[in-house]
Amino acid sequence: METVQIKINNVSYEVAAGSTILEAAHSVGVEIPTLCYLKEINEIGACRICVVEVKGARSLVTACVYPVSDGMEIVTNSEKVQAARRTNLELLLSTHDQDCLSCVRSTDCELQKLCRDYGVDGKRFSGARETYAVDDSAPHMIRDNNKCILCRRCVAACRANQAVGVIGASERGFSTHIGCAFEAKLGDSPCVSCGQCITVCPTGALTEKDDTAKVWAALNDPEKHVVVQPAPSVRATLGECFGLPIGTNVEGKMVAALRRLGFDGVFDTDTAADFTIMEEATEFVHRVKNGGALPLITSCSPGWVKFCETYYPDMIPNLSSCKSPQQMFGALTKTYYAEKMGLDPRNIVCVSVMPCTAKKFEIGREDMSAAGEGIPDVDISITTRELGRMIERAGIRFAELPDEEFDPALGESTGAATIFGATGGVMEAALRTAVELVTGETLEKVEFHEVRGTQGIKEASYDVGGLHLNVCVASGLTNCDAVLKAVQSGEKHYDFIEFMACPGGCVNGGGQPTQPASVRNFTDLKALRAAALYGEDDAKAVRKSHENPLLKKVYAEYLGEPGGEKAHHILHTRYTAREKLY
Amino acid sequence: MRRFSTVPFSGTKEQEAELSAWLDAHKAMPGAAMPALQKAQEIYGYLPIEVQRMVADALDKPLAEIYGISTFYSQFSLCPKGEYKISVCLGTACYVKGSGKIYESLQEKLGISGGECTADGKFSLDACRCIGACGLAPVMTINDDVYGRLTGDELDDILAKY
Repeated sequence: METVQIKINNVSYEVAAGSTILEAAHSVGVEIPTLCYLKEINEIGACRICVVEVKGARSLVTACVYPVSDGMEIVTNSEKVQAARRTNLELLLSTHDQDCLSCVRSTDCELQKLCRDYGVDGKRFSGARETYAVDDSAPHMIRDNNKCILCRRCVAACRANQAVGVIGASERGFSTHIGCAFEAKLGDSPCVSCGQCITVCPTGALTEKDDTAKVWAALNDPEKHVVVQPAPSVRATLGECFGLPIGTNVEGKMVAALRRLGFDGVFDTDTAADFTIMEEATEFVHRVKNGGALPLITSCSPGWVKFCETYYPDMIPNLSSCKSPQQMFGALTKTYYAEKMGLDPRNIVCVSVMPCTAKKFEIGREDMSAAGEGIPDVDISITTRELGRMIERAGIRFAELPDEEFDPALGESTGAATIFGATGGVMEAALRTAVELVTGETLEKVEFHEVRGTQGIKEASYDVGGLHLNVCVASGLTNCDAVLKAVQSGEKHYDFIEFMACPGGCVNGGGQPTQPASVRNFTDLKALRAAALYGEDDAKAVRKSHENPLLKKVYAEYLGEPGGEKAHHILHTRYTAREKLY
Repeated sequence: MRRFSTVPFSGTKEQEAELSAWLDAHKAMPGAAMPALQKAQEIYGYLPIEVQRMVADALDKPLAEIYGISTFYSQFSLCPKGEYKISVCLGTACYVKGSGKIYESLQEKLGISGGECTADGKFSLDACRCIGACGLAPVMTINDDVYGRLTGDELDDILAKY
């Protein structure tokens, strides 16, 4: 590595040539605060919080975009620097709704932290302010521009990572605001509900639509039988809400907390993920053998599904007709479980805990009521963050909880299901089952390392029982978009594709705990969180979905054949092209 | 918050063909969005959603980005211009002589904000900076007619002429 000699705060260091002042300082243990900077996608030097003094420079420079050079002398915390940062914060506060007492981001707001660090309050500049109507038109989130600091991190996530770009900066000067084209409401825009914008927002301007009040109401209703299903990746991230290290698997404590919140059944979306694999692998083998539409593309990620329906409607025939694990779980709860327990499905409330905001949209989709019209498969979908807040409010000391087990009725799952939460996981799980379905032989080595890892696009080829299969895995809609373009142009040929809307998959979903840019810019969240899931898979006795004993029992007693008529009615759905209005 | 034109879009096939031809020829050019919007405004006179959609699709950019550009630069208009374009000078001399009140009064009488066009397409209203007739302050123009030393009382009579 080529290096240069620099001085930071009068101490000499050797740092990587070509790095920015921000990166160089971080590499030697000196943190420089930022607000707008997001590595690779939002390097715009706009917020002026990262300003530092460079000897010989005419004015303060922005550390996030200014490259180091040999002999450079940098001061990151002089009085001049601190005064500039303070003034910039005061100016930001002059148009910021300081609703900190009950703001959902209070205590993990990046603006609030900086104001505390720099002793800044909102009193100095109290002039004219623009006020904005809160946009709560979308099913999954709320935009409150009164708390927006115009850092454009959301715009960058939506455009650069997600290829969607439904939001942008409109107008100029004092009237500048972030929003959709022609001031459309988000609910009318082709937003795919992925929530990536929320996870990068430094303040409370973007938040999920909080559905915890509905959950509390259900839990307090003695007429209702309330069951809960946390998604695979939630166990890998929930600990972050309680200060545990990133990548801590808290499955046992999560189960204990859910039980203490008062759910009548504490079940596992992993169980449904095994059903998804059973159905999807069956569908894949059927399509391969019968000349069905290929590539088959997974349908677990509702953000991706909505993207397909909106931006690639001609690819809808390639989407697997399988419901996502969330919906399969709800469908099984309201049919199989209701029958088994002698419950009226109308009295069951199925709550899901998801890494995802698009799941809030998915529960309201058409053809998602296996038990009959007016009985949704899933009633309420909350994010990992919302569950964290519920546990907090309930006064449960999370870190001290014992490890408990899921309730057995719908709580048994395999390692294949656990890895659904990471990019490549669904593909690997499907391959474990599909290979055995095709060859009829036992697969000895269950790991498919080619499809693991956090790269945006992965490809692999396998020869299975005389078939040559090309598979592709992509996460982040920009990568999915690139793969689709290559498929449509004929440049690439795949038989099976796994798409997840969020970069890295569900572990980095839009409903996951927020991490400040100071962590996000220098930590591979995706890899750390995914490692927790692969660790759990490794430790499981049963690692192939079709070997799940509970799954075998439910097919034998209730569903019949995988891909059969009853399974189709309960576990599959359909899609519709969506108009792109804005 | 910006208000949008209530005048229905009435672009012609010829206009569409002209814009499409320009977009086809220039879509690979880096930074094509600005000149594309300039061209579109030259053809249509303004940039309604139908026109911005054409630009966005041709350049493979999100509509939100194109809209952002169209609202950043004051040279772009999202409303059509009327048959009669009223322009009120808000330059220093006119302003101290009360052109601000004239401008407000016209907005009230026409039922539109500055930058907009009446629903019947007859009048559009804009503010401008000094037109070099400070001796006549406050001044407004309607197409090529210049009205100077204005008082609020005359406005109804002037509008009635058109």
